Amino acid sequence: MPRSIPGCVMLDGRAAIRRRLGLRLWLSGGWLALVLLAALLAPWISPQDPLAQDLMSGRLPPFWVPQTEPGFWLGTDSLGRDVLSRIIWGARVALIVAFVAGTLTATIGSALGLIAGYFRGWADRLISRLVDIWMAFPPVLFAILLIAVLGPGLMSIIIAIVVIDWTRFARVIRAEAMNQGAMDYVASAQVAGMPRGRIMLAEILPNVLPTIVALLSLEMGISVIVEAILSFVNLSISTDQPTWGGMIAEGRISVHQAWWVLVFPLIALFLTVLSFSQFGEGLKDRFDPVLR
Amino acid sequence: MSGYLRIRNLSVALRDSGARLLRSVSLEVAAGEVRGLVGESGAGKSMIGKAVLGILPRSVEVVEGEIWLGDVDLLRLPPAERRKRVGANAALIPQDPLTALNPSRRIGGQVTDRLVDILGWKRAKAEARALELLAEVHIPDPARVMRSYPHELSGGMRQRILIASAFAAEPRLIIADEPTTALDVTVQKQILRLIAAMQARHGTTLLFVTHDLGVVSKVCQSLSVLYAGLMVEDTTVADFFRAPAHPYSAALLAATPKYTDPWASLMPVSEAVIDAVRAEVDAAETEWRDAR
Repeated sequence: MPRSIPGCVMLDGRAAIRRRLGLRLWLSGGWLALVLLAALLAPWISPQDPLAQDLMSGRLPPFWVPQTEPGFWLGTDSLGRDVLSRIIWGARVALIVAFVAGTLTATIGSALGLIAGYFRGWADRLISRLVDIWMAFPPVLFAILLIAVLGPGLMSIIIAIVVIDWTRFARVIRAEAMNQGAMDYVASAQVAGMPRGRIMLAEILPNVLPTIVALLSLEMGISVIVEAILSFVNLSISTDQPTWGGMIAEGRISVHQAWWVLVFPLIALFLTVLSFSQFGEGLKDRFDPVLR
Repeated sequence: MSGYLRIRNLSVALRDSGARLLRSVSLEVAAGEVRGLVGESGAGKSMIGKAVLGILPRSVEVVEGEIWLGDVDLLRLPPAERRKRVGANAALIPQDPLTALNPSRRIGGQVTDRLVDILGWKRAKAEARALELLAEVHIPDPARVMRSYPHELSGGMRQRILIASAFAAEPRLIIADEPTTALDVTVQKQILRLIAAMQARHGTTLLFVTHDLGVVSKVCQSLSVLYAGLMVEDTTVADFFRAPAHPYSAALLAATPKYTDPWASLMPVSEAVIDAVRAEVDAAETEWRDAR
C-alpha cells in the first residue's frame, strides 16, 4: 500500500452559500416584535383605559377624519371605548394563547410523533389510530363542546387548542422521524450500542427540529385565529377583557355606522397570523442544516 | 474454532409472508481476513451484514441459525447484552456517506461518540484520538473538519470520516456495506486503498459487501457468492478468478468488464445458468420446508 493517498481537499460548494436574512423574515419578525412590545407594555403605552366607557363619545372616527376628537387614534366603538387601546390590550390575550397553546401543542404532538415514527410497532399503531379518530371530529364543534364542558376562560381555550391540534404535529413529525430513522447514521448509532431513547433524542430530534419550529410558528398563528373564533361566538374569556375576536364580533353589529371598530382588529389579527406563518417558513429555511 | 465471525445456517424471512430472504447461509471469516460477499442486488448480501450487526429492518426476522462473534452466539444473547457485545467488537462502514453522518451534528462529536460510549474515554482524550484518526485517513486540516458539519464536506471526505469512526474503537470486525458504490469512480479507488491500508494496519477482520468483482479482486482474500439468498460458492479469491466452481459464479465473472481488454463485449449471464441456479434455490427451499 502506498504511504500516502493524495488528500481530497475539495469542500462542498454549498458551504460557501451565505443566505441573507431575507425580507420575509424581517417584515414578519418586525410585526411580531411590535405586537409583543405592545402586549408587554400595554399599561404604559395604551392611550386610554381599554374598558372606560363614555357614551357621549361613542363611534368616534379614526384620527384622519376631521370631526373626531384627539386622543382616540383609531376611533371608538359604540360604547365609547378606544379601539387602539383595546387592540393593544387584546394583543396580550392573543400572544399568551399563541405562545402557551402553541408550545404545549408542539411539545405533546411532537413527542407522540417522534415515538410513533421512531419506535414504530404497537406504539405507532396506537398513536396513529388515535390521530385518525381525532381527525374525524369536526374541530370547531369539538372546541365549542370542550369550552362548554370546561367553562369559558383563558385556560379552557388553551386546553381546547392543545387537545384539538396535537394531531397536526404528531402526523408530520411521525413521517419525518420515520424518514430520519431509515438513515444510515441511525443504523451506525445503533451498531455502536447507543440506547434507542438516546438515539431518538440526540440523533433524530435535532433533525426534525426545523420542521417543529416551522409548524410551531404556524400553530401560533392558528391559535390566535382559534381564540378569535371562540371570542366571536362568545365562548372565549370574560367580556370585560378586550380580545381581538370579541372586538370583531362587536364591530360586526355596527359595521355600517362605524367600520373602524371591525376593520382595525381584523387587520391586527390578519397581520399577526400571516407573520407567524411567514416567520416560521423563514426560520426553517435559515436554520435547516441541509438545504432541502 | 477458527473464524472470528462464523455464521451457521442463517435464515432470515419476511415477518408477514414467511418468505425467506437468506436461505440457510453459512459463512466463516477468519480473524484478520478480508472476505468479499458478492451477488446481484436483492441477493441478500447486505442482509447478512445487517443480521450480524442487529440492524435488520423491522419487516424481517431471523428464523434460524447461529451468528458467532468470537466465542459467543449473538442470537442467544438478550438484546441489551447483544447490543453491547456488537458495539464493542464490530462496526459498520455504510453505503451512502451522504446519509450516514447526522446532518445536524458536527463531525467531531460524531467521531468521538464511539470512544466515549464504547471505551468510556474522557472527551478530551477522545478528541485527541479522533484528530489522529482523521489524519490517519488523510483528511487535511483535521482540526477544522472536526468543527464542520457534514454538508460542508464532499462525499469522499465524508466516507473517509466514516472509515475513521468505524476503526475508532478498534473493533475486531468491520462490515463494509458497498462503501464505494455511492462515490465517484475517481474517489472509489482512493477509498478502496484506504480501507485496505487501514485493515492491514489494524489487523481487523473485514466483511466486504459488494457487487463489484473488480473490487473483490483488489481487496479480498476470499469470497462468498450469493444468489437469491442462497450461498452458491465459497472460495478463495485466487481460486475464484482462476476457475470458479459454480456455473453462476463463472457467468458472473464473464459478465465483469476487464480493464485489460475494455473493448471486449460483455457476456450477460445466460438464461440457462439463471434457470439452473433458480432450480437449485427451489430445491433448497423444498428441502427446508420438508425439514420443518
